[in-house]
Amino acid sequence: MLYYCNRRAQAQCRLFTGCAVSSDNPLSRREGRLSKYVLTLYVTGNSPRTKVAIDNLNRICGQELDGRYELEIVDVLENPQRAEDERILATPTLIKQLPPPLRRVIGDLSDKEKVLLGLEVRPTTNASSQTRPEAK
Amino acid sequence: MTTTNHPAVEKLRTGISSLDIIAKGGLPKNRTTLISGTAGSGKTVFAVQFLAAGIARGEPGVFVTFEEAAADIRANMRSFGWDLAQWEQEGKLAFVDASPDPHIETFEAGAFDLGALLARVDNAVKKVKATRVSVDSLGAVFSQFSDQAMVRGELFRIATALKAMGVTAVLTAERTDDHGPVARFGVEEFIADNVMILRNLLEDESRRRTIEILKFRGCDHQKGEFPFTIVPKGGVIVIPLSAMQLSMRSSNVRISSGNKDLDDMCGGGFFRDSVTLVSGATGTGKTLTVTQFLQGGATNGEKCLLLAFEESRDQLVRNATGWGFDFEKMERDGMLRVVCDYPDLSGLEDWLVTIQQIITEFKPQRVALDSLSALENVGSLKAFREFVIGLTSFIKHQEITGMFTATTGSLMGGDSITESNISTLTDSIILLRYVEMFGEMKRGLTVLKMRGSAHDKAIREFTIGKGGMQMGRPFRNVTGIIGGAPMHVNPGDVERVWTQYDKAIDRRRPESISGT
Repeated sequence: MLYYCNRRAQAQCRLFTGCAVSSDNPLSRREGRLSKYVLTLYVTGNSPRTKVAIDNLNRICGQELDGRYELEIVDVLENPQRAEDERILATPTLIKQLPPPLRRVIGDLSDKEKVLLGLEVRPTTNASSQTRPEAK
Repeated sequence: MTTTNHPAVEKLRTGISSLDIIAKGGLPKNRTTLISGTAGSGKTVFAVQFLAAGIARGEPGVFVTFEEAAADIRANMRSFGWDLAQWEQEGKLAFVDASPDPHIETFEAGAFDLGALLARVDNAVKKVKATRVSVDSLGAVFSQFSDQAMVRGELFRIATALKAMGVTAVLTAERTDDHGPVARFGVEEFIADNVMILRNLLEDESRRRTIEILKFRGCDHQKGEFPFTIVPKGGVIVIPLSAMQLSMRSSNVRISSGNKDLDDMCGGGFFRDSVTLVSGATGTGKTLTVTQFLQGGATNGEKCLLLAFEESRDQLVRNATGWGFDFEKMERDGMLRVVCDYPDLSGLEDWLVTIQQIITEFKPQRVALDSLSALENVGSLKAFREFVIGLTSFIKHQEITGMFTATTGSLMGGDSITESNISTLTDSIILLRYVEMFGEMKRGLTVLKMRGSAHDKAIREFTIGKGGMQMGRPFRNVTGIIGGAPMHVNPGDVERVWTQYDKAIDRRRPESISGT
């Protein structure tokens, strides 16, 4: 399930089925102040690669962020100016706006470790006790 | 194969006139052209100029930058007189800034493509209704991403998309060596339809820029390297040597050399669009010949330009006054312009462009350059030859009469490097020589060559005084003047030699007729 919390992103909702907007999660209310993730995913149309990226991001966020995030999906074919403003070259590109620092992860997000590295999220599922690896 | 009326591929007149000449009409329309060159070869300037020339012709453009930030390019190009920010405001130009942002850390996590870039380019092209796109530079895309195969595939996709958008595109690429592979990553040339190479070579301690069209798919272009220069307020100026020579006209109008006797020796004066080379050792009277030439022009109501690389303006004026010519009055009357400068101030290509600009602005009917030898050491021999070809054809094209001087190394006889290299390019050659006779240095003058006209073959003695050059009798009884070893001959011997010579000709004549 995807969470569209940004009003602007609702325009893109029709690309994907089963979208809903939700922020009514007890966990996010509890911890949101501390570490709410604001993410934007730039994709090109409804391509297979777009689907893979969204599925991967969905899974990772579901597993690791437990609802503590806002995600907006921008289709650069429909909204090229936003890609221009953000100087996006590659698709898919995931941008973590909050918490700082600004980070970019490009690719279909199939490499979970790299995604977590980029988002600066400590994996919870199997290696919760590990220290966060240093970013390159 | 193809006729000029129906070329297989349409050309887009770039507006860079000198480039259009060597490209025979312009860049192939609706295609991609790769501009490859080493660092500092002028790729970015060319890429921007391509758009600037388009905007001047009412064709909007898009600049895609992978290397320098858009802000830097806007600032750098201001010195060429191109106000990119202004054009952006007017909707004639759009930037796609794809330069790397060092402040944002980027991670690669899985497969991706450059779909966003393509969407941005497409958006920018639609926004300003662009017909021209410049991409600077392809190599920088490769260094932004680790997956080279993906980048190659994506660049190919973008090149194809550019064609589909109906734009004519210039893509730049770096190369590591001026004579090595076309471009650094070895694949750039396959992305584009056409390839042009910019070179920036170090020759004899001076820089020499050349441009070469390596391939134009399906259409014609001039082959080989052409020198070019980059000037402020102008950008890239190609010097298309062969093209200029082809379009020269020819005039039968005679003009005065400024000296009645010299006119007679030349069969009535120089031709209007001819170039005369005056060669001689130091002090033989080259500058005087030039001064007379300018005075002759001014008297005739012709505007004259003097390019002096050896003497200062004051020296020239003083010398002229000594011979009885008033340069200052001629200048006041607007009949004369004297340009004095150190030859080493800039490269020969730059000199050529500068001189062309002065000529275009002042519109003289006579141009004198004193002396070519001073320019000889500024660049390589090849560059010097090209300078002379460029200048000669330029002034002939404008129907200007030219006079160049060349200094011979040795006092007696001999020839100069200048002379031996450019004598075929000039229409007339006048030799000024010292003649040593019985302990005295006399001066001799001969018209060695005069294209398209009869002329006096004698070597005449002349003296220099108030009023200029006074022509005297021919040196009939001296031989070896040009060889540098004058020998006095008994007048009786001279007479006998000439008689025998005439007889020999008389004897040969019937044979040659019967033989044919």
